[in-house]
Amino acid sequence: MTAMMQSVSSTTNKVLGYPLNAWYVAAWDHEVTRKPMSRRIADRPLALYRTEDGKAVALADACWHRLAPLSMGKTLGKDEIQCPYHGIVYNSAGRCVSMPAQETINPSATVPSFPVVERYRYVWVWLGDATQADPTLIPDMHQMSSEEWAGDGETIFAPCNYQLVLDNLMDLTHEEFVHSSSIGQDELSESDFKVTQDGNTVTVSRWMLDIDAPPFWLKNMRDKFPGFEGKVDRWQIITFQSPSTINIDVGVAKAGTGAPEGDRSQGVNGFVMNTISPESAKTCHYFWAFMRNYRLDSQLITTQLRKGVHGVFGEDEAMLKAQQEAIDANPDYEFYNLNIDAGGMWVRRLIERQLTAEGRLIPTV
Amino acid sequence: MAASNIEVWQTGTVVETEAVTAETRRLVLSQSQPKKAEPGSHIDVMVTINGERQRRSYSVVDSSEDGLRVAISVFRAPQSRGGSVFMQGLNVGDQLEITQPLQNFPLRVGAPRYVLLAGGIGITAMLNMARVLRNIKADYTLVYAGRSRAAMAYLPQLEALHGDALHVHVDDEGTALKVDALLAGVDADTELYMCGPIRLMDAVKRGWDARGLSVPNLRYETFGNSGWFDPEEFVVRVPRLGVETTVGSGESMLEALEGAGVDMMFDCRKGECGLCEVRLLGLEGAVDHRDVFYSERQQHAAAKMCCCVSRAVSSGTGARKDPAGGRAVVTIDV
Repeated sequence: MTAMMQSVSSTTNKVLGYPLNAWYVAAWDHEVTRKPMSRRIADRPLALYRTEDGKAVALADACWHRLAPLSMGKTLGKDEIQCPYHGIVYNSAGRCVSMPAQETINPSATVPSFPVVERYRYVWVWLGDATQADPTLIPDMHQMSSEEWAGDGETIFAPCNYQLVLDNLMDLTHEEFVHSSSIGQDELSESDFKVTQDGNTVTVSRWMLDIDAPPFWLKNMRDKFPGFEGKVDRWQIITFQSPSTINIDVGVAKAGTGAPEGDRSQGVNGFVMNTISPESAKTCHYFWAFMRNYRLDSQLITTQLRKGVHGVFGEDEAMLKAQQEAIDANPDYEFYNLNIDAGGMWVRRLIERQLTAEGRLIPTV
Repeated sequence: MAASNIEVWQTGTVVETEAVTAETRRLVLSQSQPKKAEPGSHIDVMVTINGERQRRSYSVVDSSEDGLRVAISVFRAPQSRGGSVFMQGLNVGDQLEITQPLQNFPLRVGAPRYVLLAGGIGITAMLNMARVLRNIKADYTLVYAGRSRAAMAYLPQLEALHGDALHVHVDDEGTALKVDALLAGVDADTELYMCGPIRLMDAVKRGWDARGLSVPNLRYETFGNSGWFDPEEFVVRVPRLGVETTVGSGESMLEALEGAGVDMMFDCRKGECGLCEVRLLGLEGAVDHRDVFYSERQQHAAAKMCCCVSRAVSSGTGARKDPAGGRAVVTIDV
């Protein structure tokens, strides 16, 4: 008898776990200041603050002594934070440097200090095995801090499992239905798309040729080409970087001017930068920005785009919230997959591989 | 890597034993509830001494990636309280109650420079740290001091793995460790992790303070089982409660007081937290402070002691000149 090797399909776990050996965005750079703040990432409550030298610090948000939140305390000296309850002071390495009413310091008194890197306007934290915290593993989001790109973004607190946001971004067919007034159009669900997977990335590309530009894109074209009328070629190239960053290269160009072949000079190009940090099993912090590579000097366009995308993503937020509620209300029903889910299914498989490597994959029942 | 004191008790099964020196035995235990041991972690084990169950702590020297196996090394001290004799008597297949790895001595990743200092069997706490620092290409030195090469566990393996990063000091070769010389090479950003005899650790602590180095950059762990003097039997009296009892050389003063029915407050049992502190009303002999809770000033004052680890000895020099006469007597209030 020949033993058959059974290949394992990606699961359709409705609540997917999150890898710990990964960089997650904890905050925008401007959010972290000398005044400590609290944020929970991957179910770890963090106290975030800056040292006098401006270095961002992430400590566990619970004093060693009685677990009072350090984020309610204050920063002291060069790099220290004081527990608001009994005054125990820790340095940025999480080491106690002062204890009340005794002349020595208990050598066990430490709180976890997590590796932090500030890059691309974000403060990234590593909550898993610190010996593996290699900064080169931070996803590429260079458009966020490049002189060749301008833009801004916001944070959505999404009341859903982070995977639902990844599903949302890996398949933009939903734009036709959720965002019909701004970026949706019939061609989205009618056009073909291509999915490729390589290492820790998944790419979904879709081109829609010789179409009418939807309102959002017509406005952008007219910002660059005043008075523009006519058909466009539109693209969406979605790139996922494990475990939870998705950059989407989007744009339109005057139809037939060579954009699919690489000449985008007759068009407008943006990058939708998305990175999602799980907060808990059913909540996440969704950091996004819209970056563009034209009219870099126009703060007006930056603000208009941020507000425009804010409106679009508000529609996603409402859908994601409703979806999570429906999932919770229907525990006996399963997910089914469509052809359009290929990108999202690759994402699930990559995340599940990482969870398996960490010994943290919870098998589907 | 955080401190973790949540005790999960499980069954450990001895799967390998090996004599690594004449006095040190390596035991590999399989865990019934596997958990990987991070650098600096230890396990607590229940040992049986004269029919009584007691608890001992051992650093984890290495563990398998899947956490199925943890290795410890047991040194049979000349003045063992009985735990190491029990542990060295274990054979393959024997089972005992052990905790999952506990962590009170976490290695911080990210310091610019590290010195790991091991005295004697204290190397057990440093093996895993040194391996990790080497793996992540940190700037580190492993300083290993011992009486003689033959008595220094894991020396050949360490030499092979760490090469020039290993600095060996051997008393009987005339290369004994000089703490001043060691600390002269330590700068403000260096973190020093140490484990070893209390005399060595005290010398390092004094030198550290004298140089004004950052207090939290000096990291150490004691299991409260190392003193300036060998443990002796002594007498403890609690007049307020009408209690007088003898503290055997193999038990702690806290254990003896509990045995005499005194309701004692305590927590860490290793001289760190200060909850077991007792006030000294009288003393015949000297106190062998084995805690890290009191400052040197407070220990000299000898007004209080941490009864979980500290002891009384008949002579302040440690030399028992008068074997017939002299047990130390401590009179306390609790």
